[in-house]
Amino acid sequence: MSEKRHAVAIEVNGVTRTGEVPARLSLVDWLRDELRLTGTHIGCEHGICGACSVMLDGEPVRSCLMFAVQADGHRVTTVEGLANPDGTPSVLQDSFCETHALQCGYCTPGMLIAAQALLDAVPQPTEAQIRDAIGGNLCRCTGYQQIVDAIKHAAARLARKTGSESNFEAL
Amino acid sequence: MKSAPFDYVRAASAEEACELLREGGDDVKLLAGGQSLIPMMAMRLTRPSRLIDINEVPQLKFIALEEGVARIGACTRQCVVARDDGLAARVPLLRKALAWVGHTQTRNRGTLGGSLAHADPAAELPLAAQVLGAQMGIRSASGARTLRAPEFFVGPLTTALEPQECLEEIHWPVWTERRTGSAFTEVSRRHGDFAIIAACAQVAVDDDGRCTRASFGLTGGGTTPLAFPALAARLVGTRLDDGITQSAAHDAAHELAPGADLHASANYRKHLASVLAARVLREAYAEARGKS
Amino acid sequence: MTKFDSDPVFRYIGKKRRTKEDPRFVMGRGRFVADVALAGMKHVALLASSHASARIVSIDTAAALALPGVHYVLTGEEFCDACDTLQIGVDAPKVTRYALARGVVRYAGEWVAAVVADTRAIAEDAVELIEAEYEPTPHVVDPEQAVREDSPLVHPAHGSNVILHKRFVWGAVDDAFARAEHTLALRAVWGRSSTVPIETFGVAAQWDAGLEILDVWASIQMPKFPDQLARALRLPGNAVRVHYDVDVGGSYGVKRGLKHTVLVGYLAKRLGMPVRLIEDRLENMRGGDMHGPDRIFDVQVAFDADSTLRALKIRALDDVGAYAGRSPFQLGKPVTAICGPYRIAAIEYEPIAVLTHKTPEEAVRGFGQAPTNFAIERTIDCVARHLGMDPIEVRRRNLIRKEEFPYRIPSGSTYDSGDYHTVLDKALAASGYAALVNQRDSARRAGRLAGIGIATCLEPNGGNSGFEPLLNPKNDTTTWMDSCLVRVDLSGAITGVMGTSSSGQGHETLVSTVIGEVLERDPAGIRVVRADSLQALPSNSPVGSRMAIMLGGAAAGAARKIKETLIEIAAHKLGCTMESVEYSEGDASVRGHPDQRLTWDALIAIAHRKIHEMPPGIEPGLQAKFVWEVPTGGALPAADNTVQIYPCYSFEAHVVYVEIDPDTAAPVLRQYVCGHDCGVMITPDIVHGMTYGGIAHGIGAALYEKFSYNEDGQLMSGSFMDYLLPSAMEVPAITIVDHCTPSPLTTFGQKGSGEAGYLGAPAAIANAINDALGTLDARIDTLPMTHDALWQVIHEARTRKQNP
Repeated sequence: MSEKRHAVAIEVNGVTRTGEVPARLSLVDWLRDELRLTGTHIGCEHGICGACSVMLDGEPVRSCLMFAVQADGHRVTTVEGLANPDGTPSVLQDSFCETHALQCGYCTPGMLIAAQALLDAVPQPTEAQIRDAIGGNLCRCTGYQQIVDAIKHAAARLARKTGSESNFEAL
Repeated sequence: MKSAPFDYVRAASAEEACELLREGGDDVKLLAGGQSLIPMMAMRLTRPSRLIDINEVPQLKFIALEEGVARIGACTRQCVVARDDGLAARVPLLRKALAWVGHTQTRNRGTLGGSLAHADPAAELPLAAQVLGAQMGIRSASGARTLRAPEFFVGPLTTALEPQECLEEIHWPVWTERRTGSAFTEVSRRHGDFAIIAACAQVAVDDDGRCTRASFGLTGGGTTPLAFPALAARLVGTRLDDGITQSAAHDAAHELAPGADLHASANYRKHLASVLAARVLREAYAEARGKS
Repeated sequence: MTKFDSDPVFRYIGKKRRTKEDPRFVMGRGRFVADVALAGMKHVALLASSHASARIVSIDTAAALALPGVHYVLTGEEFCDACDTLQIGVDAPKVTRYALARGVVRYAGEWVAAVVADTRAIAEDAVELIEAEYEPTPHVVDPEQAVREDSPLVHPAHGSNVILHKRFVWGAVDDAFARAEHTLALRAVWGRSSTVPIETFGVAAQWDAGLEILDVWASIQMPKFPDQLARALRLPGNAVRVHYDVDVGGSYGVKRGLKHTVLVGYLAKRLGMPVRLIEDRLENMRGGDMHGPDRIFDVQVAFDADSTLRALKIRALDDVGAYAGRSPFQLGKPVTAICGPYRIAAIEYEPIAVLTHKTPEEAVRGFGQAPTNFAIERTIDCVARHLGMDPIEVRRRNLIRKEEFPYRIPSGSTYDSGDYHTVLDKALAASGYAALVNQRDSARRAGRLAGIGIATCLEPNGGNSGFEPLLNPKNDTTTWMDSCLVRVDLSGAITGVMGTSSSGQGHETLVSTVIGEVLERDPAGIRVVRADSLQALPSNSPVGSRMAIMLGGAAAGAARKIKETLIEIAAHKLGCTMESVEYSEGDASVRGHPDQRLTWDALIAIAHRKIHEMPPGIEPGLQAKFVWEVPTGGALPAADNTVQIYPCYSFEAHVVYVEIDPDTAAPVLRQYVCGHDCGVMITPDIVHGMTYGGIAHGIGAALYEKFSYNEDGQLMSGSFMDYLLPSAMEVPAITIVDHCTPSPLTTFGQKGSGEAGYLGAPAAIANAINDALGTLDARIDTLPMTHDALWQVIHEARTRKQNP
């Protein structure tokens, strides 16, 4: 008795990827095991830790709480899709390196997704908004301090790029 | 923590969803945001034989602001509900409640109807529905019906929805009194967690600051969210002075009769219930007074 | 390596630099064990016992085996015959331990059967088809009941539930108590919590029948892992190859998955196919055996009217769960700092490790020092309150003064260096202490409960196994080394090789910075790789905050050998003595004659391919290995039970301001300052990061996290819905202020700091909460201090006031 497979076509990091998936295969398992995009991580599989965060149609969601088949016809962005088109780290990714906003790196992809989504919606967030935006991403290494610093740093750099006002000085 | 196997079908319309529910058995479930259902499936606490995905049904995703009522499709995402300024102006409790619901990521996927249908005994949206007397528009293959919130919430994780019924839209009464104030607060262990106790209130006052209408409620007691219409009626005509507010809050806590769980004892919950009920009444009243 | 570099001006050490590790992780290119895909790999899921204590009547695996996609179902009947028991560090040989239960189950969550299938999902489906029948037997979950003679026994063959009970008396303790002006007793309870990494434990193994080698990839942080694995599998040590180039998603002590690895290794060999087990979160919380200390302290203190501490008695009862490995040693390590940073002449310490029918305990960040510091710091504050004195003043009087270093404590360890008063002053200044007191007092006048908490604590580091023979004289382990190999290749590029895994500590950055410092070459160009366990780089793994000291020391040692070789080659080629060679950034010249010079490239060329120009007796090629035994280590305990354990002592002073809503009892950390001295910091960002993280762990242990059991031994908080990890909303902004008292024992004066923050935060938060509650004459000495617990205490105090 093998499970029925469903055809899916999902745009992942700008490229349409197809597959035949059992209904119960989670989106995160499809990304990791079928597409070998192992940057997205599994931490709890019950929607609390946020390590599995990806963007669905531009908004961060927990990919352990979606079945791959549900994403058919939608757009997914993973950490692998955050870099610049030429493959260099984005301003946010580079800021994470500048402030050492990670240690073991396990929660980092999810953090980056949550942070990038915040900066996309609120280019100049306050500290309170930053902590709220990453409030659903648990980290056991950093105590969040350098992550908050990185997001502030990125916001300041992006403001300089666009010539607008920033809440923060780039560190 | 991989779910047990299940059949999957994506419904294109509410009618199709209901038809599929009718032909399925008792263990067919609707899949909306999945933020509550999928963790339970991952833990194999529930194993539906079939999931009917209603995330792609356009007729279930809408916000319609009408005279005296705001109608919201059951599959409208919580983040969409929270962002809608027109809705916030008419039913301010929704945005206030949603500030306490989960995290950005869960609100991006979780739906209004999903939270109501799941009826977690510590969830915020069911409390708001109870306090505002929201009406649930329910559809099945054999027709449609409406249930008011008190009839809808039956017990912990239990609503009056029959296995073959689908929550279609929710009607939120709009208070047209000019001086209306509202408040929602809760105490939870961490930000975004389910409430230990949550309280909300909506109060309208006349130009002299006397209460003309009030509604308040509590959840976290372990059963259903509770509104206290009789206690609220005692507030009408008063200026919600301390004694009156405390008394109403105290009696509400007593009526809630909360239980204990891992995170809080019954006595602590009861105490919180009284404290938070008084707080939201005071806040709502103050906000109403401040309107012109 | 007994002198440190007295030149305080470093080229690379101590400078702000980006780490080597961060770039790959931000791009999503980490390589964690779940990312390792072996061709034909199968997946494991576990059947766990639902009973805390039971006889296994039968296990029917037929239906599970019949499920398509299932390859094997293993039970303890086969497994426990085929493998040896895992080892226990204390003297309790009858307390055997295997990955799968046989005959009996001893805790709810214990693994009873393992299914191997094509996918994890199918394996879980099959687990549900296994029919296991149990006959429940009496259980015990209360440690104070478990120590009693009439308690049900977890391991009847051992004869009791106590697997460790020692009583150490250092100094004239009873005499001090008899003569003391004041004495106090208190009980402080450290609730069962753990560091709970976001990545669960995982292991993949593959047996190569041709080479007769078991290859292992694991999310591991454990000393002697390959050795113990081989032993349990009854394989020679050189038949096991552990690959350390697996990124570990956080560990903080707990990733000791030996039982998982023996299980997976056995299956891989038995089935002839690669096998992988990635714990899911439910398996991890209940059956992963990674819980932390669960400890009841009964403390007595003797002191003068001016608060001078005279003697301390500490009884520590730790509930280690149903099995033990190294965990009881977490009662022994704190001996190295048993009096904290204070001058106390007489100390009695009675550690007891007791078995119960709960998930086994594992080594957690600090290895027992965080709970011990909590007990000591609560004691200090209670002394202050008893005398009506300022807790800061009591600390000032009793903290060891900087002139007194090196300072030997009664249990035999010598603290290497420190300036506790200055760090405390810096922390107070950074917190704006006077203004903070005003803020607290005005909050109180406004009706809020508000408190300031101070904790001054030690972080012993460097690692050492001195507690092993101390707690078990039959265990005469005294070696605690680490090593590094440095190689310069023909192109002149430098590679450092280390022999253990990392879980976020930035070891590649550490090693490249140290090598760069010694060789005066840019660390950016220095690559660091990891040898596997067969490639002969002995290590005791990153435990006990030891790597900055030990790996740093070993890397420096190896780099110095390289430098010496280069100088020797230069002297020989330039026709001068070694002493007259001036080495600068890789080039060598004759002092005073800069024109007589050999460049780095020229030196490399000679080393690699011009043996005719090499000095006699020097090995060609340019690589050096350095194995370093921990400084001050290597001795067994003396007859009076004194022993030098850890070599170095970092110090932290926390100043925390908390407000508690008097009506809801919800606590909020409003300000957090930590003064920190870990000697010379090799990479400040890494040190700070670990301190912030340690404080966050401490906030969890203090306020949120608990593995709660009901009377039936069921774990009630076995998922992240109920085991509450603090988010960025619960952890406040933290300010760290640094101080540096170099260690005289290490290469650059560096001390360790991997456990920083965690060792002092719970103590500081407890003291802050108690300062707030003190206005109601209420007190709480049990962690975690949940909303409910705080409310109970506040409510009782108010009721008492109303009914005096």
